[in-house]
Amino acid sequence: MTSPAKIKTIKGETGDWEIVIGMEVHAQVTSNAKLFSGASTEFGAEPNSQVSFIDAGFPGMLPVINEKCVEQAVRTGLGLKARINLRSIFDRKNYFFPDLPQGYQISQYKDPIVGEGEVTIDLKDGESIKVGIERLHLEQDAGKSLHDQSPDSSFVDLNRSGVALMEIVSKPHMRTSEEAAAFLKKLRAIVRYLGTCDGNMDEGSMRADVNVSVCRVGGYEEFRRTGSFKTLGTRCEIKNVNSMRFVQMAIEHEARRQIEVIEGGGAIVQETRRYDSKANETRSMRAKEDAHDYRYFPDPDLLPLELEQAWVDAIAATLPELPDEKKARFMAQGLSAYDASVLVAERELADFYEDLARGVDAKAAANWLNNEILGRLNRDGLSITQVPVNAAANNAIIQMVSDKTISGKIAKDLLDIVWTEGGDPRQVVEARGLRQVTDTGAIDAAIEAVIAANPDKVEEVKAKPKLAAWFVGQVMKQTGGKANPAAVNAALKTRLNLPDEG
Amino acid sequence: MSDLVSMTLAEARDAVRAKKISSRELTGAFVAAIEQARPLNAYITETADRALAMADAADKRIAAGTPGALEGLPLAIKDLFCTKGVRTTAASRILGDFVPPYESTVTQNLWDAGAVMLGKTNLDEFAMGSSNETSAFGPVLNPWRAQDSNQNLVPGGSSGGSSAAVAADLCLAATGTDTGGSIRQPAAVTGRVGLKPTYGRCSRFGIVAFASSLDQAGPMTKTVRDAAILLTSMASVDPKDSTSVDLAVPDYEKLLDGGIKGLRVGIPKEYRVEGAAAETDALWSKGADWLKAQGAEIVEVSLPHTKYALPTYYIVAPAEASSNLARYDGVRFGHRAKDVRDIIDLYEKSRGEGFGAEVQRRILIGTYVLSAGYYDAYYARAQKLRTLIKRDFDQAYEKCDVLLTPATPSPAFAVGAKTTDPLEMYLQDVFTVTVNLAGLPGITVPAGLTANGLPLGLQLIGKAFDEGVLLRAALALETAADFKHSPAKWWTA
Amino acid sequence: MSVDKDTVRRIARLARLSVPESRLEPMAGELNGIFQWVEMLGEVNVEGVPAMTSVVAQKLKWRADIVTDGGQADALLANAPEGADHFFVVPKVVE
Ligand SMILES: [Mg+2]
Ligand SMILES: [Zn+2]
Repeated sequence: MTSPAKIKTIKGETGDWEIVIGMEVHAQVTSNAKLFSGASTEFGAEPNSQVSFIDAGFPGMLPVINEKCVEQAVRTGLGLKARINLRSIFDRKNYFFPDLPQGYQISQYKDPIVGEGEVTIDLKDGESIKVGIERLHLEQDAGKSLHDQSPDSSFVDLNRSGVALMEIVSKPHMRTSEEAAAFLKKLRAIVRYLGTCDGNMDEGSMRADVNVSVCRVGGYEEFRRTGSFKTLGTRCEIKNVNSMRFVQMAIEHEARRQIEVIEGGGAIVQETRRYDSKANETRSMRAKEDAHDYRYFPDPDLLPLELEQAWVDAIAATLPELPDEKKARFMAQGLSAYDASVLVAERELADFYEDLARGVDAKAAANWLNNEILGRLNRDGLSITQVPVNAAANNAIIQMVSDKTISGKIAKDLLDIVWTEGGDPRQVVEARGLRQVTDTGAIDAAIEAVIAANPDKVEEVKAKPKLAAWFVGQVMKQTGGKANPAAVNAALKTRLNLPDEG
Repeated sequence: MSDLVSMTLAEARDAVRAKKISSRELTGAFVAAIEQARPLNAYITETADRALAMADAADKRIAAGTPGALEGLPLAIKDLFCTKGVRTTAASRILGDFVPPYESTVTQNLWDAGAVMLGKTNLDEFAMGSSNETSAFGPVLNPWRAQDSNQNLVPGGSSGGSSAAVAADLCLAATGTDTGGSIRQPAAVTGRVGLKPTYGRCSRFGIVAFASSLDQAGPMTKTVRDAAILLTSMASVDPKDSTSVDLAVPDYEKLLDGGIKGLRVGIPKEYRVEGAAAETDALWSKGADWLKAQGAEIVEVSLPHTKYALPTYYIVAPAEASSNLARYDGVRFGHRAKDVRDIIDLYEKSRGEGFGAEVQRRILIGTYVLSAGYYDAYYARAQKLRTLIKRDFDQAYEKCDVLLTPATPSPAFAVGAKTTDPLEMYLQDVFTVTVNLAGLPGITVPAGLTANGLPLGLQLIGKAFDEGVLLRAALALETAADFKHSPAKWWTA
Repeated sequence: MSVDKDTVRRIARLARLSVPESRLEPMAGELNGIFQWVEMLGEVNVEGVPAMTSVVAQKLKWRADIVTDGGQADALLANAPEGADHFFVVPKVVE
C-alpha cells in the first residue's frame, strides 16, 4: 500500500529535502467524571465549580482511578489494533506551573496501558497508507490560566484539572502535511466511532503536538529499513495545534524554516515550538535555562494497573464496525475507494448512508448523498445530524427515480420541496402530480409544440446535431420536467432524424 | 483529677460506659492538664471548646444507650491529620493558616466511634525528624528527665507531641504516623506503646503526605490493650485510598487473648549494631527470655540487607517527599511570599520561606536522586534494595512468627544534642526503618529503665496484616516487663 | 558523584526553592556527607532484582464513573492567598 515513488520533496538551495512527521495527539476521554476524582468533566462550567480537592492538589488528597477511563483507553487501543498491556504503571511527571496544582501530572511513562498499533489513513486520491502507533497512555489534563482578566495577574481555573486524556503517539511515519492531517482526521474518526472521545477540536477535546524534521531524500527510507533514527533530522515539536488546517500550515512552515536553518549553515536544536496561526509561523517556546527535567517516577499513591485478559476480550467483543471495515464493506457494495472513505469519515454520515442505501443502488445512493444532501447541508450550514429530510424519505426519492416514477430532475425539485416544507415525498409526488411522463403521446405532443414554435432551430439542428440538447431542454420545460428524459431523447432523434451518436 | 487523666484508654472506656464518670468530667480533666503542661509544647492547637462539646454529645449518646467503641474518650491528634474546620499545620510555616475543608478518614473513623478531640499535637515539620526539633512551632520536651537532672530531653519524633502527650497524661491516647519509625521511636523514648500497622491497614486519605509508599497511621497509647482498641477504630477499608487494603478489620482487642505458647520469635542477628548502648543489648536479651518463659520458642534468623535499610530509606523517602511537597506553592493555600517579581519568584520565595532547613534538605536530596542521569543509580537501585529487604523478611518468616529487636539505639537524648549532623539524627531510626520499607507491622513496648532512669523499649515486628499475633506477643512482653513507671510532673510545678 | 555548589543551585531551581547564595556551599557539604553514606548501596548486586512497586498484595482500586464531587468553589478558594471571582490569582504568567 505504501508507494515511496510518489514522495513529495521540497526544493532547497542545496538540493531536495523530505519531511518526516510524527504526532502526539491528546484526546479527552469521554467519561462523566475525571481520571482520579469524582468531579464532572462537563465543558464550559463556572470557574472552579467542577473541582474536587484531589484535582486541586490539597494536602492529604489521594487519587483513585475511574474504571470508565481505563475501559475507554483499552477500547481505543483495540480500535488502533494495538497491543493492550495487562500491566501498566502510573508515573508522576514533576514540574511547577500554576495550572498544575499537584506539582506533578499523573501520566504513564515507561509502562503505558497500550503499546504498538496501526492506523490506515486515506489520502485524496483514494490511496491508503499505514501509520504506526507507538503507544497510548492515560494522563491527567491540566487546568487553564486566563491572562486577559488583569494587566499583571493570571487567573487559574482548575475545571479541566484531572480530566482524563489519552495521549496517542504515532511513529514518524508521515511525510507530507496532507498525510498528517489525514492521520488526525482518521484518528478522530476512530475515537468517535468508538465513543471514547468526542473529537471536538474547538473545545480542546483533541489537540495535536506535531514533531517535524527534515532529511535528505532517501533518509526516511533508510530509517524505515534499519529502524535507526540516524538518517532522520533533528525534530522540533510544535505544541497544541488545534485544527486540521493549522496542522498542515504549521508543518509546511516549520519544514521550510528547518531547511533554511540547515542550508544557512546552522543546526536544528531539539525544542518545543508554538504555532502562531495569525502570523503563520512557529516560535520557540522555552527559554534554555528552563530545560525540563521531569523527574519521572512511579506514583506511590497508585498501585500498578493490572487488567485481566477476559475483561479486555469482553471490551473487544463490543467494538463497533470501524471506518476501515466499513469502507471495505461499502467498496464491496460497489462504491469507489474515494466515495467510501468520504462516507466513513464520520460515523453519523456512514449511518445515514446505510439507511439511505437500503434497497437501492449503492452508487446512486452515494451520489445522491454527496451531490444533493451534502450540498444542501453545506449551503445551510447544517451537519448530517441536523438534516431536515431523514434517510428514509431520501431513500423513497431514490427509489422513485429508479422505478421511473419521477425523473432525476424532479427528484431534485422534490428534495427542495420536502427540505423546506417537509412532508412525505411519495405523497408530495401524488399531490402535485410530479409523476414522470413516459406516455409517448404526451411527449410527442410536447415535441410538436416545440417544433412548431421554433422552425428556425429545426433547420439549424440538422447542421449542428449538438443542438438536440436544447430541444430536450425545451421539451422538458413543456412537460414541467415530468417527461422521462430518455424517452424524450429517443422521440426527438426519430422526429428530427438525428444521427445516433448525437 | 490526676486519677482521671492517668487512666488507660480501656479503663476510661469502661468507666464512661458504666457511667462512673462522664465524658465531660474526663475531658475537663484533660483540658486542665493540657493547660498546665504548656511548657512541654506538646500541642500546636488546643481545641478545648470543641472537645467539651464533643464530650457533651458523647454523654448524650451514652445516656441514650448508643455508645460507640470510643464513646466520650479524649484523644490527641497528630497535626498531620487534616481535621475539618480545625487548622492543620504539619508543623510547617508553609501551611500558614490552612483550615481543611475535609476530614481525614482515620480521624473521621475516630469521631464516628464517639471519640473526643483534645487538640492537634506537635511534630517534626512534615514528619521529617526523630526528635521533634524541626517543628516550626518549636521543640517538644520529653516529660521524662534523667535522674537528678534538669536537662530537657527530646520526646523522639516525628510524633513527638503525641508521645509527650500520652506520657504526660495529656490525653488517653494519641494518633501518630510512622514513615521510618515516627510512632515507635517516640513511644519508646517516652516509655509508652507505639504501633505502626501494616501498610494499607489505615487509610492515608487526609493525612498530609510525607512519603506515600511508607507513611502509615497508628495508635500511640499507654498499654498494648489500648493500642488494640484504638487500632480497631482507626483502621478501615477506604475506597478513597488506592493503597488501603480490602481486608475486614477484626476486633484487635479480642485477639489479645490466648498467650504465646509455641509462638516462634525470631532474633535477627544483624540488629546487634555497633554504637548501640550496652543497656539496649542487655534489654533485648531479657526480652527474649521473658517471651521464652511464657512458652515462646526463640530462633535466630538473618536479615542480611538490614544495614542497607537506612540509606535506602534516605533515597526513597526524600524522593517521594520532594514530589509530595510540590503542591505547597503559595497558590491555593498556605504561605505566599510578598513582593515577588513573577510566578517563579513566588514559588521559590514562598517555598524558601515556608519550609524549614530539614525539609529543604530532604527536598533537595529527593530532587537530586530523581533527576536526569541519577535516577537509576539512586532511586531505581533503592527500590530494588527494598525488594531484597522485603525478601529477607519473607525468608525469616518461614522460621518464625514475629521478630524481636531493640526499639532505638539509645534512650532519649538532650535537646540540641544531634542537630548539627543530619546523619547522626537519621541513625535514630536504624531499628525501625526496615519495617516501613517492607510494609510490615511493628510495635514498641516499654521494657525497662536505663541506670539513670530513662525508658527503653523493645520492638516486635509481625507478618503483614498479622497485627493480632503481633499484639498478643506485645502483651506478653508488656506483662513480663511490668513497666509501671511514669515521669514526675515537673512541668506543673 | 560529588555535589558541588552549582549542582545545589541547579536542583534548588528544579525544586523551586530559594536557597541563599551563602547556604549553597554548606548545603553541598551536607548533601555530600549523605550521598557518601548512601554509596554503600553500590555494594549490593541488584541484577535481575525487580524494583518494588507496592509493598502490599492489593489490586488497584477503581472508582465508578459517577460525578460525586465538585460544586464547592467557595470552599476551594477559602484558603487561597489570593483569589477573585472564583479564580486563583497568580502573578502574570508569560507562556
Ligand atoms: Mg508528550
Ligand atoms: Zn501528554
